[in-house]
Amino acid sequence: MQQIINFLIRNKNNILFLLLLTFSLFLTIQSHSYQKSKFISSANFLSGGIYSWTSNINSYFYLEEYNLRLLEENERLRTRLATYEDSLEISTYRDTSSFDADYIFRASEVINNNYAKVDNYLTIKSGSRNGIERDMGVVTSKGIVGIVENVSPNYSTVISILNSNSRINAQLKQSNHFGTLVWNGDDPNVVQLIDVPSVAPIAEGDTIITGGRSLIFPKGLPIGAIKNFSLDQSESYYNIDIELFNDMTNIGYVYIIENTSQAEIRELQNLSKDE
Amino acid sequence: MNSVIFNNALRFIVLLMLQVLLLNNINFLGYINPYLYVLFILLYPFNGNQTLFIFLSFLLGWGVDIFEDSGGINAAACVVAAYIRPAILRFSFGVSYDYQTIKFSSTQPGSRISYVLIIVLVHHFVLFLLEFFNFAHLLLLLKKTVFSAAFTVILVFLTLALFSKKSR
Repeated sequence: MQQIINFLIRNKNNILFLLLLTFSLFLTIQSHSYQKSKFISSANFLSGGIYSWTSNINSYFYLEEYNLRLLEENERLRTRLATYEDSLEISTYRDTSSFDADYIFRASEVINNNYAKVDNYLTIKSGSRNGIERDMGVVTSKGIVGIVENVSPNYSTVISILNSNSRINAQLKQSNHFGTLVWNGDDPNVVQLIDVPSVAPIAEGDTIITGGRSLIFPKGLPIGAIKNFSLDQSESYYNIDIELFNDMTNIGYVYIIENTSQAEIRELQNLSKDE
Repeated sequence: MNSVIFNNALRFIVLLMLQVLLLNNINFLGYINPYLYVLFILLYPFNGNQTLFIFLSFLLGWGVDIFEDSGGINAAACVVAAYIRPAILRFSFGVSYDYQTIKFSSTQPGSRISYVLIIVLVHHFVLFLLEFFNFAHLLLLLKKTVFSAAFTVILVFLTLALFSKKSR
């Protein structure tokens, strides 16, 4: 017994080193698995508070640009509203094809955003008290940003589309051929669309939109335009580079999308899976 | 002795905040960031308690990780750097380290540069290896390590020059 204790005391540095290294490797590996909640994320009280404090100062410098962006969005929405009111007078026809489920949009401020790493996250200034839940979609007026991962009472972390673990369903605007949106970790303005069948008609400059097959994003939100494309080795699928509409390096305010029928659809899908 | 503890505690907090609030947002040329918080590992008293040192380095790295949402990559890199520091000290400063009488400010410039360079390179290599998490992007990994390390080393020596005591 004495010898064991002596051994432990003599090697305490080595043992401590191995323990701490194992623990940090465990944290690292856990952070690479997508569907697991993190042990501690930046959506906690301390780091969230510090980030929101600094972003208060930071956002001041971008006020003019955010104002311009809002003006642009207002203009677009007003145009749509005008055509909608016109059509209302003629008949009671209502276009529900683009947003067929009920979606709730909530605005929030981004208080931390990375884009230079391989796995990037954002932190936003609303949490479970504002009705934010895991797996809600996050967008700006120009395009999609990511999916909510961890939620604390006042803050949430968002897994960015610039993250090697991110998988988002997307499709061509012209036809209904769809694929998976991923990122290779290289350029923060370019993401990749894979698994698009080679029969799909594509050309450079074509618009890519969200597919609506997942329960997270409504169908038809803009993502980006095709930059270039090539066939994969088996020559049956395209690998497409997409230039994002969104500037991921400069995001001030975002909208969080809640799909109110998500629970209902999921329940239904589980029901048919059980049988 | 109390001023040593106070100095190191202050350095810990200031470096952590500086790193997460300012330096992580530099992204020079798109991907190069300095990791100045390694300075804590470099300057920790050479004759201090090694067990406490490894543990403090782990806490520093983990603190950066929590802010960055990066799992445990900074923590792992810091623990490795702290663990191998005695060996690097012996390699860089030779015999004088064994007597434990040296202070960082009174060492030869040449051995000082080799000490800083080796620790920073080891730390950055482990950091980026865990960030990429595979060997497929080996070239990008080495590129990122070398450029970021150069940036960090320059900042380390600038900081040291800025805070060195005049009465040498």
